[in-house]
Amino acid sequence: MARIIVVTSGKGGVGKTTTSSSIATGLALKGHRTVVIDFDVGLRNLDLLMGCERRVVYDFVNVINGEAELHQALIRDKRTENLSILPASQTRDKEALTHEGVEKVLNQLAKDFEYIICDSPAGIEHGALMALYFADEAIITTNPEVSSVRDSDRILGILQSKSRRAVENLEPVKEHLLVTRYNPDRVTRGEMLNIQDVEEILAIPLIGVIPESTSVLKASNQGVPVVCNTESDAGQAYNDVVARFLGEDIPHRFLEPAKKGFLQRMFGGIG
Amino acid sequence: MNLMQLFRSSRKEDNSAAIAKERLQIIVAHERNSRSGRDFLPAMERDILQVIQKYIEIQQECIDIKLDSQDGCSILEVNVQLPN
Ligand SMILES: Nc1ncnc2c1ncn2[C@@H]1O[C@H](COP(=O)(O)OP(=O)(O)OP(=O)(O)O)[C@@H](O)[C@H]1O
Ligand SMILES: [Mg+2]
Repeated sequence: MARIIVVTSGKGGVGKTTTSSSIATGLALKGHRTVVIDFDVGLRNLDLLMGCERRVVYDFVNVINGEAELHQALIRDKRTENLSILPASQTRDKEALTHEGVEKVLNQLAKDFEYIICDSPAGIEHGALMALYFADEAIITTNPEVSSVRDSDRILGILQSKSRRAVENLEPVKEHLLVTRYNPDRVTRGEMLNIQDVEEILAIPLIGVIPESTSVLKASNQGVPVVCNTESDAGQAYNDVVARFLGEDIPHRFLEPAKKGFLQRMFGGIG
Repeated sequence: MNLMQLFRSSRKEDNSAAIAKERLQIIVAHERNSRSGRDFLPAMERDILQVIQKYIEIQQECIDIKLDSQDGCSILEVNVQLPN
């Protein structure tokens, strides 16, 4: 049975697409047949982060509308043979995704793939609801910041009431908290919510913490998911997330300020 | 705790993260409360409407029901606009 995983947040720009590309790539690198779907109709972006934007011929909506076969729209990742990408449509018709259409495509993908990663658009409208409806698990991508945490809580409410599993009274969607753009320096200075704060408020299990990192922008510039950069802090943190997702028990990293400057060492040596 | 942190904790208004946490706890609790009420409200609204309609002729639009909570106490507010 394929597992359907939605990467969602409510709030925009928190790192959903960055996370989808890295988790999908990470799972595929570990040998799992994985497909990642861009649900952001009208604002296609996943293709850029995956570095396959010039190979897009058909898209998700073309398949739903019967204008293309699924295998024509799927793009085989050039780095990882176990990975395929289903790009979003650039149509302005936000209602182009229908329950029946999405379900049909997911059922077809479930025959060939172990993991189906759904990169949700921002918001709590049609596109976001479509992305989460069929999910078995959800990665709630959250920045340590008031509006993002509040929106994550709203998305949790929606998962618990409007997902297929909720509507059909099945076992609830398995929820994972992923805190991204975490800045330990600012946390130490009392300027940013810490991990315990966010965990306490949202009250769901933490699957990982991705530090704020310059390597993320660099990776997106190059069209290579940051998880492939095993030298970088964010890349390592995403690798840890994939391992935890697959059931490994490993401690969280990058929670403390990395390098201490001279002055900070002078003042900070006591604690 | 290091010296820098000691400095800071003496100026509480500087710890904006603590303020953020407090505000979040309040708003999230509030929103969860109204969420959990939402499920049965439409059905209850229908039932109340039927009871009133047994005695007075009113339309669906004339009834408005809200479930709110303040200071750990839930308030059910039923507004019925009667025809004149
Ligand atoms: N850990 C991180 N460190 C630094 N920058 C990051 C990090 N994660 C994401 N970003 C940056 O934040 C921006 C938004 O990221 P991304 O596109 O993944 O978010 P999104 O949630 O998919 O956005 P949208 O809601 O628009 O779909 C990008 O510029 C990305 O480079
Ligand atoms: Mg995105």
